[in-house]
Amino acid sequence: MARIELDLAHAYKPDPKSDADYALLPLKMTFRDGGAYALLGPSGCGKTTMLNIMSGLVVPSQGSVKFDERDVTRSSPQERNIAQVFQFPVIYDTMTVAENLAFPLKNRGVPAEQIRQRVGQIAEMLEMSHQLDMRAAGLSADQKQKISLGRGLVRSDVSAVLFDEPLTVIDPHLKWQLRRKLKQIHHELKLTLIYVTHDQVEALTFADEVVVMTRGKAVQVGSADALFERPAHTFVGHFIGSPGMNFLSAQGENGQLRVQSLEVAMPDGVSVPKGELKLGIRPEYLRMTQPHAAGSVPAQVRQVQDIGTYQLLTCDVAGVLVKVRLAADMPVPPVGSQVWLRVLGQHTCFYRNEELVA
Amino acid sequence: MSTTQKPVNQKAWWLVLPVLLCVAFSAILPLMTVVNYSVQDIISPERRVFVGTEWFASVMRDTELHGALWRQLQFSLAVLAFEIPLGIALALSMPAQGWKASAVLVVVALSLLIPWNVVGTIWQIYGRADIGLLGHTLQALGFDYSYTGDPLHAWITVLVMDVWHWTPLVALLAYAGLRSIPDAYYQAARIDGASKLAVFRYIQLPKMRDVLMIAVLLRFMDSFMIYTEPFVLTGGGPGTATTFLSQYLTQKAVGQFDLGPAAAFSLIYFLIILLLCFVLYNWMQSLGAATKEPTHD
Repeated sequence: MARIELDLAHAYKPDPKSDADYALLPLKMTFRDGGAYALLGPSGCGKTTMLNIMSGLVVPSQGSVKFDERDVTRSSPQERNIAQVFQFPVIYDTMTVAENLAFPLKNRGVPAEQIRQRVGQIAEMLEMSHQLDMRAAGLSADQKQKISLGRGLVRSDVSAVLFDEPLTVIDPHLKWQLRRKLKQIHHELKLTLIYVTHDQVEALTFADEVVVMTRGKAVQVGSADALFERPAHTFVGHFIGSPGMNFLSAQGENGQLRVQSLEVAMPDGVSVPKGELKLGIRPEYLRMTQPHAAGSVPAQVRQVQDIGTYQLLTCDVAGVLVKVRLAADMPVPPVGSQVWLRVLGQHTCFYRNEELVA
Repeated sequence: MSTTQKPVNQKAWWLVLPVLLCVAFSAILPLMTVVNYSVQDIISPERRVFVGTEWFASVMRDTELHGALWRQLQFSLAVLAFEIPLGIALALSMPAQGWKASAVLVVVALSLLIPWNVVGTIWQIYGRADIGLLGHTLQALGFDYSYTGDPLHAWITVLVMDVWHWTPLVALLAYAGLRSIPDAYYQAARIDGASKLAVFRYIQLPKMRDVLMIAVLLRFMDSFMIYTEPFVLTGGGPGTATTFLSQYLTQKAVGQFDLGPAAAFSLIYFLIILLLCFVLYNWMQSLGAATKEPTHD
């Protein structure tokens, strides 16, 4: 096991000129020994590149990768002692389930008795004990992926186990189970786990710390809570949450605030930054208030959707559509009516140049 | 597994009809004429006698034919034993992408573009001791090489010629098989610490199984029916050293005009190929324990 330090940038093309040529922009990051991390971001944001750099399948074009102070930038995956699980199940067709699980150990010359024990242990964790003697090729996609997961976890001395969207091919209900299983395995084996996904639920439930990435940049590293409450970048606000954060343009001047050019009555004890801003507030925290109440703006209800456990309003605030999540017991205003929404409160975030300022 | 009910529509059979007609005219009817010859003694166009299985019986007792069949089996097995491993090795050493890959593909495919009789002629000249590069070099090195005089030399020359001509086909098929293996398999193997040999044994070979099966069947059938190249190179000699089945058959049918026995043997020949292909196919299927992997992307 190891602490992983990255200080690097990567471009697949030689001689990158602009930021767009980089798959990963210069970044510094440390992964704690024994932590459970998730790399979260949309397709093409560089998360798989980052994972492959950590595992040694890709050599970064600049900078270094360190495992416990040891520079491994140019070391092979084997030298780094890394395990990795891929998006699509990779299994060795001609082997049985047990042989598949034993393969990484066998290649490293682990004694047979030890292999047998470890394979038995992992198979039990994955609930595959009864399938050990079956041919791996005949199994279903999710069973195969379980084998891939098992091969990733079977070595007890790995520096880290990296997962590259491993649950993509798995049925939703099984996905839930496997994710819990992984979490449990993390507690039992105390391995460093790094998990790449574009599914925020997956990332937030699996990891202690989530790295949110977009366009080759890690924009925020934090717990699920921090990502939700204080997104450091508008992208995080927008990407995390369902639906994402609402953004309104705002101007701060002399302690006063205009939102979408609407004058807002300032509540007591609230200070706002100066200049051109973006105001961000999550649909969960937008509240309907009395007309002209402090910190509120008028809006028109455009749409009401019943999401089951709550009602989702789409409202028009001076030309910008915002989403409001209404608790089940709240009265639902009719479409077309005017409401007042409180946009200023303790959960309101302000952004300048997409970065959090207050 | 889906359990949806399939609609039943017998009209679909009409769609099969064109295929049946095509197969009838292209394969079944010509085959029937052979069957026709095999059970009759045709003395002249007007006089013919039904002889039943007599030709079949006489063919079975023909020791010359047994010799040709035995030579043929040895030859085809030798062809497979050389061409399949060589083709795989060639495919493994070919570059995977870039202009080099295209260039190598063209070079490798060259011998496949040469007509059979030209291949025979090329090797006929190549092996001559007076003007041929191969023959002359071997003579100069002190080997008394002569494909026209020594049966073993003739046999080896025909084999080498076939290996030269057809290994590229195996290589191209194996290459296609190799290229279809997703990168993730190689990455996973690196992560799992697999050696090169293990990658070959557990990833490349199993993934190539299907194309290799095609290669084995094609090379087996083709080599079992080999005719033109040895005919041009050695004419079946010296003696009968390189007289393979189809040449023997042609001698009988066209040379001696023994249509009856020739037709009878054609049918037996056909059944032998069918049987051996069936055996090969099933053997190779069982190697992978009949595990067809469902595609996932």
